[in-house]
Amino acid sequence: MAATKLRARVHRRVSPTSESPLVQWTLIGIALLFMAVILLLPLYAVFHEAFVKGVGAFFAALGERDAQAAIRLTLLVAAIAVPLNVVFGLAASWAIAKFEFKGKAFLITLIDLPFSVSPVISGLVYVLLFGAGSFLGPFLKSYGIEVLFALPGIVLATIFVTFPFVARELIPLMQDQGTGDEEAALSLGANGWQTFWRVTLPNIKWGLLYGVLLCNARAMGEFGAVAVVSGKIRGQTTTMPLQVEMLYNEYNAAAAFALASLLALLALVTLVLKTALEWRFGDEIAAGGGH
Amino acid sequence: MSAAVSFAPRRGWSFRQPSVIPGFGLTLGFTLTYFSLIILIPLLALAIRSAGLGPEGFWKAATDARVLGSLRVSFVTALIAAGVNVVFGTLIAWVLVRYRFPGRRIFDAIIDLPFALPTAVAGIALTAIYAPNGTIGALFAPLGWRIAYTPSGIVIAMIFIGLPFVVRTIQPILEEVSHEVEEASATLGASRFQTITRIILPSLTPAILTGFALAFARGVGEYGSIIFIAGNIPFVSEIAPLLIYIRLQEFNYVGATVIATVMLLLSFALLFVINLIQAWSRRRYGYGSN
Repeated sequence: MAATKLRARVHRRVSPTSESPLVQWTLIGIALLFMAVILLLPLYAVFHEAFVKGVGAFFAALGERDAQAAIRLTLLVAAIAVPLNVVFGLAASWAIAKFEFKGKAFLITLIDLPFSVSPVISGLVYVLLFGAGSFLGPFLKSYGIEVLFALPGIVLATIFVTFPFVARELIPLMQDQGTGDEEAALSLGANGWQTFWRVTLPNIKWGLLYGVLLCNARAMGEFGAVAVVSGKIRGQTTTMPLQVEMLYNEYNAAAAFALASLLALLALVTLVLKTALEWRFGDEIAAGGGH
Repeated sequence: MSAAVSFAPRRGWSFRQPSVIPGFGLTLGFTLTYFSLIILIPLLALAIRSAGLGPEGFWKAATDARVLGSLRVSFVTALIAAGVNVVFGTLIAWVLVRYRFPGRRIFDAIIDLPFALPTAVAGIALTAIYAPNGTIGALFAPLGWRIAYTPSGIVIAMIFIGLPFVVRTIQPILEEVSHEVEEASATLGASRFQTITRIILPSLTPAILTGFALAFARGVGEYGSIIFIAGNIPFVSEIAPLLIYIRLQEFNYVGATVIATVMLLLSFALLFVINLIQAWSRRRYGYGSN
Protein backbone atom coordinates (compact mmCIF):
# COMPACT_ATOMS: atom_id res chain seq x y z
CA MET A 1 0.00 0.00 0.00
CA ALA A 2 2.71 2.39 1.06
CA ALA A 3 4.88 1.29 -1.81
CA THR A 4 2.20 1.85 -4.44
CA LYS A 5 1.39 5.20 -2.93
CA LEU A 6 5.02 6.19 -3.09
CA ARG A 7 5.33 5.00 -6.67
CA ALA A 8 2.22 6.91 -7.64
CA ARG A 9 3.69 10.01 -6.09
CA VAL A 10 6.97 9.67 -7.89
CA HIS A 11 5.15 8.94 -11.10
CA ARG A 12 2.89 11.98 -10.87
CA ARG A 13 5.59 14.16 -9.36
CA VAL A 14 3.44 15.57 -6.59
CA SER A 15 5.82 17.80 -4.71
CA PRO A 16 5.25 18.98 -1.15
CA THR A 17 4.69 22.44 -2.61
CA SER A 18 1.74 21.35 -4.70
CA GLU A 19 -1.66 19.84 -4.09
CA SER A 20 -2.86 16.32 -4.79
CA PRO A 21 -4.44 15.78 -8.22
CA LEU A 22 -7.83 15.30 -6.60
CA VAL A 23 -7.66 18.71 -4.90
CA GLN A 24 -6.28 20.29 -8.06
CA TRP A 25 -9.06 19.01 -10.27
CA THR A 26 -11.73 19.94 -7.71
CA LEU A 27 -10.44 23.51 -7.60
CA ILE A 28 -10.12 23.66 -11.39
CA GLY A 29 -13.68 22.34 -11.67
CA ILE A 30 -15.10 24.96 -9.30
CA ALA A 31 -13.21 27.79 -11.02
CA LEU A 32 -14.24 26.76 -14.52
CA LEU A 33 -17.85 26.19 -13.51
CA PHE A 34 -18.00 29.67 -11.97
CA MET A 35 -16.47 31.22 -15.09
CA ALA A 36 -18.81 29.27 -17.35
CA VAL A 37 -21.91 30.43 -15.47
CA ILE A 38 -20.84 34.02 -14.84
CA LEU A 39 -18.93 34.82 -18.06
CA LEU A 40 -19.71 32.33 -20.83
CA LEU A 41 -23.43 31.86 -20.29
CA PRO A 42 -24.28 35.57 -20.86
CA LEU A 43 -22.16 35.55 -24.02
CA TYR A 44 -23.98 32.47 -25.28
CA ALA A 45 -27.34 34.00 -24.34
CA VAL A 46 -26.70 37.07 -26.52
CA PHE A 47 -26.19 35.00 -29.68
CA HIS A 48 -28.90 32.51 -28.79
CA GLU A 49 -31.52 35.24 -28.26
CA ALA A 50 -30.37 37.08 -31.39
CA PHE A 51 -31.22 34.11 -33.60
CA VAL A 52 -34.23 32.84 -31.66
CA LYS A 53 -36.59 34.11 -34.35
CA GLY A 54 -34.44 32.85 -37.19
CA VAL A 55 -31.74 34.24 -39.43
CA GLY A 56 -34.23 36.26 -41.49
CA ALA A 57 -35.47 38.20 -38.46
CA PHE A 58 -31.87 38.75 -37.38
CA PHE A 59 -30.89 40.44 -40.63
CA ALA A 60 -34.19 42.29 -40.86
CA ALA A 61 -33.50 43.79 -37.42
CA LEU A 62 -30.02 44.88 -38.48
CA GLY A 63 -31.38 46.35 -41.72
CA GLU A 64 -33.83 48.67 -39.92
CA ARG A 65 -33.24 52.34 -40.69
CA ASP A 66 -32.78 53.26 -37.01
CA ALA A 67 -30.40 50.35 -36.42
CA GLN A 68 -28.33 51.44 -39.42
CA ALA A 69 -28.26 55.02 -38.12
CA ALA A 70 -27.15 53.76 -34.70
CA ILE A 71 -24.33 51.72 -36.22
CA ARG A 72 -23.16 54.72 -38.26
CA LEU A 73 -23.28 57.03 -35.22
CA THR A 74 -21.32 54.56 -33.08
CA LEU A 75 -18.61 54.24 -35.74
CA LEU A 76 -18.47 58.03 -36.14
CA VAL A 77 -18.16 58.68 -32.41
CA ALA A 78 -15.38 56.10 -32.05
CA ALA A 79 -13.64 57.53 -35.13
CA ILE A 80 -13.45 60.93 -33.42
CA ALA A 81 -12.90 59.93 -29.80
CA VAL A 82 -10.25 57.23 -30.24
CA PRO A 83 -7.76 59.26 -32.36
CA LEU A 84 -8.04 62.19 -29.95
CA ASN A 85 -7.24 59.93 -27.02
CA VAL A 86 -4.37 58.40 -29.01
CA VAL A 87 -2.82 61.84 -29.52
CA PHE A 88 -3.31 62.58 -25.84
CA GLY A 89 -1.87 59.19 -24.84
CA LEU A 90 1.23 59.74 -26.97
CA ALA A 91 1.78 63.27 -25.65
CA ALA A 92 1.22 62.30 -22.02
CA SER A 93 3.46 59.24 -22.16
CA TRP A 94 6.21 61.20 -23.93
CA ALA A 95 6.15 63.92 -21.26
CA ILE A 96 5.93 61.44 -18.39
CA ALA A 97 8.29 58.71 -19.58
CA LYS A 98 11.05 60.76 -21.21
CA PHE A 99 11.41 63.50 -18.58
CA GLU A 100 11.81 63.84 -14.85
CA PHE A 101 9.69 66.60 -13.36
CA LYS A 102 7.95 67.50 -10.13
CA GLY A 103 4.45 66.18 -9.64
CA LYS A 104 4.81 63.35 -12.13
CA ALA A 105 3.31 60.69 -9.86
CA PHE A 106 0.36 62.95 -9.17
CA LEU A 107 -0.19 63.49 -12.88
CA ILE A 108 -0.25 59.71 -13.46
CA THR A 109 -2.88 59.36 -10.74
CA LEU A 110 -4.95 62.16 -12.33
CA ILE A 111 -4.91 60.45 -15.72
CA ASP A 112 -6.54 57.38 -14.14
CA LEU A 113 -9.24 59.52 -12.53
CA PRO A 114 -12.01 58.84 -15.09
CA PHE A 115 -11.86 55.13 -14.21
CA SER A 116 -13.10 55.87 -10.70
CA VAL A 117 -15.97 58.08 -11.85
CA SER A 118 -19.34 56.42 -12.43
CA PRO A 119 -20.29 56.58 -16.14
CA VAL A 120 -23.52 58.38 -15.28
CA ILE A 121 -21.51 61.08 -13.50
CA SER A 122 -19.21 61.35 -16.54
CA GLY A 123 -22.29 62.29 -18.54
CA LEU A 124 -23.77 64.47 -15.80
CA VAL A 125 -20.75 66.82 -15.66
CA TYR A 126 -21.31 67.76 -19.30
CA VAL A 127 -25.01 68.32 -18.69
CA LEU A 128 -24.06 70.73 -15.91
CA LEU A 129 -21.49 72.41 -18.15
CA PHE A 130 -23.59 72.76 -21.28
CA GLY A 131 -27.20 72.28 -20.17
CA ALA A 132 -29.93 74.78 -19.42
CA GLY A 133 -28.93 77.05 -16.55
CA SER A 134 -25.24 76.80 -17.39
CA PHE A 135 -23.16 79.63 -18.79
CA LEU A 136 -21.70 77.83 -21.80
CA GLY A 137 -24.82 76.11 -23.13
CA PRO A 138 -26.93 79.18 -24.01
CA PHE A 139 -23.79 81.00 -25.22
CA LEU A 140 -22.93 78.27 -27.74
CA LYS A 141 -26.58 77.91 -28.66
CA SER A 142 -26.68 81.58 -29.71
CA TYR A 143 -24.02 80.65 -32.27
CA GLY A 144 -26.06 77.67 -33.41
CA ILE A 145 -23.85 75.06 -31.71
CA GLU A 146 -25.72 72.31 -29.90
CA VAL A 147 -23.60 70.24 -27.54
CA LEU A 148 -26.16 68.34 -25.47
CA PHE A 149 -28.50 65.91 -27.15
CA ALA A 150 -26.22 66.09 -30.20
CA LEU A 151 -22.99 64.63 -31.56
CA PRO A 152 -20.52 66.88 -29.64
CA GLY A 153 -21.97 65.87 -26.28
CA ILE A 154 -21.84 62.17 -27.14
CA VAL A 155 -18.23 62.53 -28.32
CA LEU A 156 -17.21 64.45 -25.17
CA ALA A 157 -18.78 61.88 -22.85
CA THR A 158 -17.10 59.07 -24.80
CA ILE A 159 -13.71 60.80 -24.62
CA PHE A 160 -14.16 61.21 -20.86
CA VAL A 161 -14.78 57.53 -20.16
CA THR A 162 -12.06 56.29 -22.56
CA PHE A 163 -9.56 58.99 -21.56
CA PRO A 164 -6.98 56.82 -19.69
CA PHE A 165 -6.84 53.72 -21.92
CA VAL A 166 -4.03 54.62 -24.36
CA ALA A 167 -2.01 56.70 -21.90
CA ARG A 168 -1.95 54.08 -19.14
CA GLU A 169 -0.85 51.43 -21.63
CA LEU A 170 1.99 53.56 -23.02
CA ILE A 171 3.34 55.19 -19.85
CA PRO A 172 4.76 52.05 -18.16
CA LEU A 173 5.94 50.72 -21.53
CA MET A 174 7.85 53.90 -22.41
CA GLN A 175 9.20 54.22 -18.87
CA ASP A 176 10.53 50.69 -19.22
CA GLN A 177 12.24 51.51 -22.50
CA GLY A 178 14.01 54.55 -21.11
CA THR A 179 15.56 57.29 -23.21
CA GLY A 180 18.65 55.55 -24.65
CA ASP A 181 17.27 54.98 -28.15
CA GLU A 182 16.04 58.55 -28.46
CA GLU A 183 19.35 60.00 -27.22
CA ALA A 184 21.23 57.88 -29.76
CA ALA A 185 18.98 59.09 -32.60
CA LEU A 186 19.35 62.71 -31.53
CA SER A 187 23.13 62.47 -31.23
CA LEU A 188 23.22 61.05 -34.77
CA GLY A 189 21.53 64.20 -36.01
CA ALA A 190 17.83 63.31 -36.11
CA ASN A 191 15.43 66.05 -35.07
CA GLY A 192 12.62 65.57 -32.55
CA TRP A 193 9.93 64.53 -35.01
CA GLN A 194 12.23 62.13 -36.87
CA THR A 195 13.18 60.58 -33.54
CA PHE A 196 9.53 60.13 -32.63
CA TRP A 197 8.40 58.69 -35.97
CA ARG A 198 11.40 56.46 -36.69
CA VAL A 199 12.58 55.41 -33.23
CA THR A 200 9.94 55.82 -30.54
CA LEU A 201 6.83 54.88 -32.53
CA PRO A 202 8.24 51.59 -33.89
CA ASN A 203 9.28 50.72 -30.33
CA ILE A 204 5.80 51.20 -28.93
CA LYS A 205 3.60 50.20 -31.88
CA TRP A 206 2.24 46.98 -30.38
CA GLY A 207 1.57 48.60 -27.02
CA LEU A 208 -0.16 51.45 -28.82
CA LEU A 209 -2.33 49.03 -30.80
CA TYR A 210 -3.20 47.26 -27.55
CA GLY A 211 -4.33 50.53 -25.97
CA VAL A 212 -6.29 51.50 -29.09
CA LEU A 213 -8.12 48.15 -29.05
CA LEU A 214 -9.28 48.58 -25.45
CA CYS A 215 -10.10 52.26 -25.99
CA ASN A 216 -12.15 51.46 -29.09
CA ALA A 217 -14.11 48.64 -27.42
CA ARG A 218 -15.11 50.93 -24.58
CA ALA A 219 -15.86 53.84 -26.94
CA MET A 220 -18.24 51.78 -29.05
CA GLY A 221 -19.85 50.10 -26.07
CA GLU A 222 -20.24 53.00 -23.64
CA PHE A 223 -23.75 53.24 -22.30
CA GLY A 224 -24.20 55.18 -19.04
CA ALA A 225 -22.32 58.36 -19.92
CA VAL A 226 -23.77 58.54 -23.42
CA ALA A 227 -27.30 57.79 -22.18
CA VAL A 228 -27.17 60.95 -20.04
CA VAL A 229 -26.04 63.36 -22.77
CA SER A 230 -27.68 61.86 -25.86
CA GLY A 231 -31.34 62.71 -25.29
CA LYS A 232 -32.05 59.45 -27.17
CA ILE A 233 -33.54 60.99 -30.29
CA ARG A 234 -34.39 57.97 -32.42
CA GLY A 235 -32.29 57.67 -35.56
CA GLN A 236 -30.25 60.75 -34.64
CA THR A 237 -28.54 60.54 -31.26
CA THR A 238 -28.91 56.88 -30.38
CA THR A 239 -25.68 54.91 -30.47
CA MET A 240 -25.80 51.11 -30.74
CA PRO A 241 -25.97 50.44 -26.97
CA LEU A 242 -28.74 53.04 -26.61
CA GLN A 243 -30.64 51.53 -29.52
CA VAL A 244 -30.33 48.13 -27.82
CA GLU A 245 -31.90 49.61 -24.69
CA MET A 246 -34.73 51.27 -26.64
CA LEU A 247 -35.63 48.10 -28.52
CA TYR A 248 -35.46 46.05 -25.34
CA ASN A 249 -37.74 48.43 -23.46
CA GLU A 250 -40.20 48.28 -26.35
CA TYR A 251 -40.41 44.50 -25.81
CA ASN A 252 -38.63 43.94 -29.11
CA ALA A 253 -36.10 41.62 -27.49
CA ALA A 254 -35.13 39.77 -30.67
CA ALA A 255 -34.13 42.99 -32.44
CA ALA A 256 -32.36 44.24 -29.29
CA PHE A 257 -30.32 41.03 -29.09
CA ALA A 258 -29.59 41.13 -32.83
CA LEU A 259 -27.97 44.54 -32.46
CA ALA A 260 -26.38 43.45 -29.16
CA SER A 261 -24.83 40.46 -30.90
CA LEU A 262 -22.87 42.83 -33.15
CA LEU A 263 -21.47 44.51 -30.03
CA ALA A 264 -20.72 41.11 -28.51
CA LEU A 265 -18.92 40.18 -31.70
CA LEU A 266 -16.87 43.36 -31.38
CA ALA A 267 -16.01 42.36 -27.81
CA LEU A 268 -14.95 38.89 -28.96
CA VAL A 269 -12.79 40.26 -31.78
CA THR A 270 -11.23 42.68 -29.29
CA LEU A 271 -10.48 39.83 -26.87
CA VAL A 272 -8.98 37.64 -29.60
CA LEU A 273 -6.75 40.42 -30.95
CA LYS A 274 -5.76 41.47 -27.44
CA THR A 275 -4.85 37.90 -26.50
CA ALA A 276 -2.98 37.42 -29.77
CA LEU A 277 -0.97 40.58 -29.05
CA GLU A 278 -0.19 39.35 -25.53
CA TRP A 279 1.00 35.95 -26.77
CA ARG A 280 2.97 37.22 -29.73
CA PHE A 281 4.37 40.51 -28.44
CA GLY A 282 4.04 40.14 -24.65
CA ASP A 283 7.41 41.77 -23.95
CA GLU A 284 6.73 44.65 -26.29
CA ILE A 285 3.35 45.55 -24.83
CA ALA A 286 4.03 46.29 -21.20
CA ALA A 287 5.76 45.01 -18.13
CA GLY A 288 2.58 45.30 -16.12
CA GLY A 289 -0.12 44.95 -18.75
CA GLY A 290 -3.72 44.48 -17.68
CA HIS A 291 -5.98 47.26 -16.57
CA MET B 1 22.50 70.01 -23.22
CA SER B 2 24.59 72.94 -22.10
CA ALA B 3 21.77 75.28 -23.04
CA ALA B 4 19.26 73.36 -20.96
CA VAL B 5 21.62 73.29 -18.00
CA SER B 6 22.41 76.99 -18.16
CA PHE B 7 18.73 77.93 -18.31
CA ALA B 8 17.82 75.72 -15.39
CA PRO B 9 18.03 77.56 -12.07
CA ARG B 10 21.07 76.29 -10.22
CA ARG B 11 19.43 76.54 -6.82
CA GLY B 12 18.07 73.48 -4.98
CA TRP B 13 14.64 73.39 -6.63
CA SER B 14 13.93 73.02 -10.31
CA PHE B 15 10.74 71.93 -12.00
CA ARG B 16 12.44 69.37 -14.15
CA GLN B 17 15.79 67.75 -14.63
CA PRO B 18 17.68 68.76 -17.77
CA SER B 19 17.43 66.47 -20.77
CA VAL B 20 18.54 66.45 -24.41
CA ILE B 21 15.19 65.11 -25.56
CA PRO B 22 12.96 67.77 -27.12
CA GLY B 23 9.22 68.26 -26.85
CA PHE B 24 8.73 68.58 -23.10
CA GLY B 25 6.84 71.86 -23.30
CA LEU B 26 4.69 70.74 -26.22
CA THR B 27 3.70 67.34 -24.82
CA LEU B 28 3.19 68.39 -21.21
CA GLY B 29 1.33 71.50 -22.35
CA PHE B 30 -0.97 69.47 -24.56
CA THR B 31 -1.48 66.88 -21.82
CA LEU B 32 -2.46 69.44 -19.22
CA THR B 33 -4.69 71.42 -21.60
CA TYR B 34 -6.53 68.32 -22.81
CA PHE B 35 -6.89 67.01 -19.26
CA SER B 36 -8.26 70.36 -18.08
CA LEU B 37 -10.78 70.66 -20.90
CA ILE B 38 -12.08 67.09 -20.80
CA ILE B 39 -11.80 66.10 -17.14
CA LEU B 40 -10.91 68.94 -14.78
CA ILE B 41 -13.28 71.72 -15.86
CA PRO B 42 -16.34 69.44 -16.11
CA LEU B 43 -15.59 68.00 -12.66
CA LEU B 44 -15.10 71.52 -11.33
CA ALA B 45 -18.48 72.47 -12.76
CA LEU B 46 -19.94 69.71 -10.62
CA ALA B 47 -18.05 70.88 -7.53
CA ILE B 48 -19.11 74.49 -8.04
CA ARG B 49 -22.77 73.54 -8.47
CA SER B 50 -22.51 71.49 -5.31
CA ALA B 51 -20.80 74.21 -3.33
CA GLY B 52 -23.42 76.70 -4.49
CA LEU B 53 -26.04 74.85 -2.47
CA GLY B 54 -24.40 75.68 0.84
CA PRO B 55 -23.85 73.10 3.57
CA GLU B 56 -27.46 73.16 4.73
CA GLY B 57 -29.03 72.79 1.31
CA PHE B 58 -26.52 70.08 0.41
CA TRP B 59 -27.20 68.13 3.61
CA LYS B 60 -30.95 68.38 3.11
CA ALA B 61 -30.74 67.06 -0.45
CA ALA B 62 -28.21 64.37 0.44
CA THR B 63 -30.27 62.99 3.31
CA ASP B 64 -33.46 62.75 1.27
CA ALA B 65 -35.00 59.35 2.07
CA ARG B 66 -34.97 58.11 -1.53
CA VAL B 67 -31.34 59.22 -2.00
CA LEU B 68 -30.24 57.41 1.16
CA GLY B 69 -32.24 54.37 0.04
CA SER B 70 -30.50 54.26 -3.34
CA LEU B 71 -27.05 54.72 -1.78
CA ARG B 72 -27.80 51.91 0.66
CA VAL B 73 -28.88 49.58 -2.17
CA SER B 74 -25.76 50.44 -4.19
CA PHE B 75 -23.33 49.99 -1.32
CA VAL B 76 -24.81 46.83 0.18
CA THR B 77 -25.09 45.03 -3.16
CA ALA B 78 -21.58 46.17 -4.20
CA LEU B 79 -20.16 44.90 -0.89
CA ILE B 80 -21.77 41.48 -1.32
CA ALA B 81 -20.68 41.22 -4.97
CA ALA B 82 -17.11 42.26 -4.16
CA GLY B 83 -17.05 39.67 -1.36
CA VAL B 84 -18.18 36.91 -3.72
CA ASN B 85 -15.65 38.07 -6.30
CA VAL B 86 -12.80 38.00 -3.79
CA VAL B 87 -13.50 34.35 -2.95
CA PHE B 88 -13.96 33.11 -6.51
CA GLY B 89 -11.51 35.60 -8.04
CA THR B 90 -8.73 34.38 -5.74
CA LEU B 91 -9.59 30.78 -6.56
CA ILE B 92 -9.60 31.49 -10.31
CA ALA B 93 -6.29 33.38 -10.12
CA TRP B 94 -4.79 30.47 -8.17
CA VAL B 95 -6.04 27.87 -10.66
CA LEU B 96 -4.87 29.90 -13.67
CA VAL B 97 -1.40 30.57 -12.24
CA ARG B 98 -0.60 27.29 -10.51
CA TYR B 99 -2.31 24.52 -12.48
CA ARG B 100 -1.98 23.31 -16.06
CA PHE B 101 -5.14 22.04 -17.76
CA PRO B 102 -6.52 22.00 -21.30
CA GLY B 103 -8.00 25.35 -22.32
CA ARG B 104 -6.22 27.27 -19.57
CA ARG B 105 -5.09 30.10 -21.84
CA ILE B 106 -8.57 30.47 -23.34
CA PHE B 107 -10.15 30.74 -19.90
CA ASP B 108 -7.43 33.20 -18.97
CA ALA B 109 -8.39 35.37 -21.95
CA ILE B 110 -12.13 35.06 -21.19
CA ILE B 111 -11.57 36.71 -17.78
CA ASP B 112 -11.39 40.08 -19.57
CA LEU B 113 -14.80 39.63 -21.23
CA PRO B 114 -16.56 42.03 -18.84
CA PHE B 115 -14.05 44.74 -19.81
CA ALA B 116 -14.78 44.22 -23.50
CA LEU B 117 -18.51 43.47 -23.52
CA PRO B 118 -20.64 46.65 -23.54
CA THR B 119 -22.53 46.94 -20.27
CA ALA B 120 -25.94 47.23 -21.92
CA VAL B 121 -25.34 43.95 -23.74
CA ALA B 122 -24.30 42.27 -20.50
CA GLY B 123 -27.38 43.73 -18.84
CA ILE B 124 -29.95 42.30 -21.25
CA ALA B 125 -28.10 38.97 -21.46
CA LEU B 126 -28.02 38.57 -17.68
CA THR B 127 -31.69 39.50 -17.50
CA ALA B 128 -32.55 36.84 -20.09
CA ILE B 129 -30.66 34.21 -18.07
CA TYR B 130 -31.89 35.10 -14.59
CA ALA B 131 -35.49 36.03 -15.40
CA PRO B 132 -38.02 33.53 -13.97
CA ASN B 133 -38.24 31.83 -17.39
CA GLY B 134 -34.48 32.03 -18.11
CA THR B 135 -31.89 29.26 -18.01
CA ILE B 136 -30.87 29.84 -14.40
CA GLY B 137 -33.86 31.82 -13.23
CA ALA B 138 -36.08 28.79 -13.95
CA LEU B 139 -33.93 26.67 -11.60
CA PHE B 140 -34.49 29.02 -8.68
CA ALA B 141 -38.07 30.10 -9.40
CA PRO B 142 -39.60 26.87 -7.96
CA LEU B 143 -37.64 27.52 -4.74
CA GLY B 144 -39.32 30.90 -4.47
CA TRP B 145 -36.06 32.76 -5.11
CA ARG B 146 -36.47 35.40 -7.77
CA ILE B 147 -33.13 36.73 -8.98
CA ALA B 148 -33.93 39.13 -11.81
CA TYR B 149 -35.89 42.27 -10.84
CA THR B 150 -34.69 42.01 -7.21
CA PRO B 151 -31.49 43.07 -5.37
CA SER B 152 -30.12 39.56 -6.08
CA GLY B 153 -30.07 40.51 -9.75
CA ILE B 154 -28.03 43.62 -8.95
CA VAL B 155 -25.48 41.46 -7.13
CA ILE B 156 -25.25 39.09 -10.12
CA ALA B 157 -24.57 41.98 -12.51
CA MET B 158 -21.94 43.41 -10.15
CA ILE B 159 -20.25 40.01 -9.86
CA PHE B 160 -20.05 39.90 -13.65
CA ILE B 161 -18.46 43.32 -14.07
CA GLY B 162 -16.21 43.12 -11.00
CA LEU B 163 -14.64 39.66 -11.48
CA PRO B 164 -11.74 40.70 -13.77
CA PHE B 165 -10.66 43.43 -11.34
CA VAL B 166 -10.03 40.84 -8.61
CA VAL B 167 -8.44 38.18 -10.84
CA ARG B 168 -6.20 40.63 -12.70
CA THR B 169 -4.99 42.24 -9.47
CA ILE B 170 -4.11 38.95 -7.76
CA GLN B 171 -2.67 37.07 -10.76
CA PRO B 172 0.60 39.02 -11.23
CA ILE B 173 1.32 38.98 -7.48
CA LEU B 174 0.70 35.26 -7.27
CA GLU B 175 3.18 34.76 -10.11
CA GLU B 176 5.76 36.73 -8.14
CA VAL B 177 5.38 34.86 -4.84
CA SER B 178 8.61 32.94 -4.67
CA HIS B 179 8.59 29.18 -4.54
CA GLU B 180 11.45 29.11 -2.06
CA VAL B 181 9.36 30.30 0.87
CA GLU B 182 6.86 27.54 0.13
CA GLU B 183 9.66 24.97 0.00
CA ALA B 184 11.11 26.34 3.23
CA SER B 185 7.71 26.11 4.86
CA ALA B 186 7.28 22.51 3.66
CA THR B 187 10.76 21.43 4.82
CA LEU B 188 10.04 22.92 8.24
CA GLY B 189 7.14 20.50 8.53
CA ALA B 190 4.15 22.63 7.62
CA SER B 191 1.29 20.89 5.92
CA ARG B 192 0.23 22.17 2.53
CA PHE B 193 -2.84 23.74 4.12
CA GLN B 194 -0.69 25.57 6.67
CA THR B 195 1.66 26.79 3.94
CA ILE B 196 -1.24 28.19 1.97
CA THR B 197 -3.06 29.87 4.84
CA ARG B 198 0.03 31.14 6.70
CA ILE B 199 2.54 31.84 3.93
CA ILE B 200 0.81 32.40 0.61
CA LEU B 201 -2.47 34.06 1.58
CA PRO B 202 -0.83 36.71 3.82
CA SER B 203 1.44 37.80 0.97
CA LEU B 204 -1.62 38.03 -1.29
CA THR B 205 -3.58 40.11 1.22
CA PRO B 206 -2.70 43.53 -0.27
CA ALA B 207 -3.67 42.34 -3.75
CA ILE B 208 -6.88 40.80 -2.46
CA LEU B 209 -7.79 44.01 -0.64
CA THR B 210 -6.98 46.09 -3.72
CA GLY B 211 -9.06 43.79 -5.90
CA PHE B 212 -11.92 44.02 -3.43
CA ALA B 213 -11.76 47.82 -3.41
CA LEU B 214 -11.59 48.03 -7.22
CA ALA B 215 -14.50 45.63 -7.70
CA PHE B 216 -16.49 47.46 -5.02
CA ALA B 217 -15.83 50.88 -6.59
CA ARG B 218 -16.78 49.61 -10.02
CA GLY B 219 -19.95 48.02 -8.63
CA VAL B 220 -21.09 51.18 -6.87
CA GLY B 221 -20.68 53.25 -10.04
CA GLU B 222 -22.04 50.67 -12.47
CA TYR B 223 -25.18 51.54 -14.42
CA GLY B 224 -25.60 49.81 -17.79
CA SER B 225 -25.51 46.17 -16.79
CA ILE B 226 -27.67 46.71 -13.70
CA ILE B 227 -30.69 48.73 -14.78
CA PHE B 228 -32.14 45.94 -16.93
CA ILE B 229 -31.94 43.26 -14.25
CA ALA B 230 -32.60 45.38 -11.16
CA GLY B 231 -36.34 46.03 -11.29
CA ASN B 232 -35.58 49.60 -10.21
CA ILE B 233 -38.06 49.84 -7.34
CA PRO B 234 -37.28 52.85 -5.09
CA PHE B 235 -35.90 51.86 -1.65
CA VAL B 236 -35.59 48.20 -2.76
CA SER B 237 -33.67 47.86 -6.01
CA GLU B 238 -33.00 51.41 -7.19
CA ILE B 239 -29.25 52.09 -7.42
CA ALA B 240 -27.69 55.54 -6.91
CA PRO B 241 -26.50 56.02 -10.52
CA LEU B 242 -30.04 55.32 -11.72
CA LEU B 243 -31.43 57.93 -9.33
CA ILE B 244 -28.97 60.47 -10.80
CA TYR B 245 -30.32 59.60 -14.23
CA ILE B 246 -33.94 59.92 -13.07
CA ARG B 247 -33.25 63.31 -11.44
CA LEU B 248 -31.71 64.52 -14.71
CA GLN B 249 -34.75 63.38 -16.68
CA GLU B 250 -36.85 65.47 -14.26
CA PHE B 251 -34.49 68.43 -14.87
CA ASN B 252 -33.75 68.30 -11.14
CA TYR B 253 -30.07 69.19 -11.61
CA VAL B 254 -29.61 69.97 -7.91
CA GLY B 255 -30.76 66.50 -6.88
CA ALA B 256 -28.53 64.84 -9.48
CA THR B 257 -25.51 66.96 -8.51
CA VAL B 258 -25.81 66.13 -4.82
CA ILE B 259 -25.96 62.34 -5.35
CA ALA B 260 -23.07 62.56 -7.81
CA THR B 261 -20.96 64.56 -5.33
CA VAL B 262 -21.56 62.08 -2.52
CA MET B 263 -20.63 59.18 -4.82
CA LEU B 264 -17.53 60.96 -6.14
CA LEU B 265 -16.29 61.77 -2.63
CA LEU B 266 -16.73 58.14 -1.63
CA SER B 267 -14.96 56.80 -4.70
CA PHE B 268 -12.06 59.25 -4.25
CA ALA B 269 -11.79 58.07 -0.65
CA LEU B 270 -11.66 54.50 -1.94
CA LEU B 271 -8.98 55.45 -4.45
CA PHE B 272 -6.99 56.93 -1.58
CA VAL B 273 -7.38 53.73 0.44
CA ILE B 274 -6.24 51.65 -2.55
CA ASN B 275 -3.13 53.80 -2.87
CA LEU B 276 -2.43 53.35 0.85
CA ILE B 277 -2.72 49.57 0.50
CA GLN B 278 -0.35 49.65 -2.47
CA ALA B 279 2.21 51.74 -0.60
CA TRP B 280 1.95 49.50 2.45
CA SER B 281 2.31 46.42 0.27
CA ARG B 282 5.43 47.79 -1.42
CA ARG B 283 6.99 48.57 1.96
CA ARG B 284 5.99 45.25 3.50
CA TYR B 285 6.58 42.85 0.63
CA GLY B 286 8.66 44.80 -1.85
CA TYR B 287 6.13 44.59 -4.62
CA GLY B 288 2.65 45.74 -5.43
CA SER B 289 0.36 45.82 -8.37
CA ASN B 290 0.06 49.07 -10.15
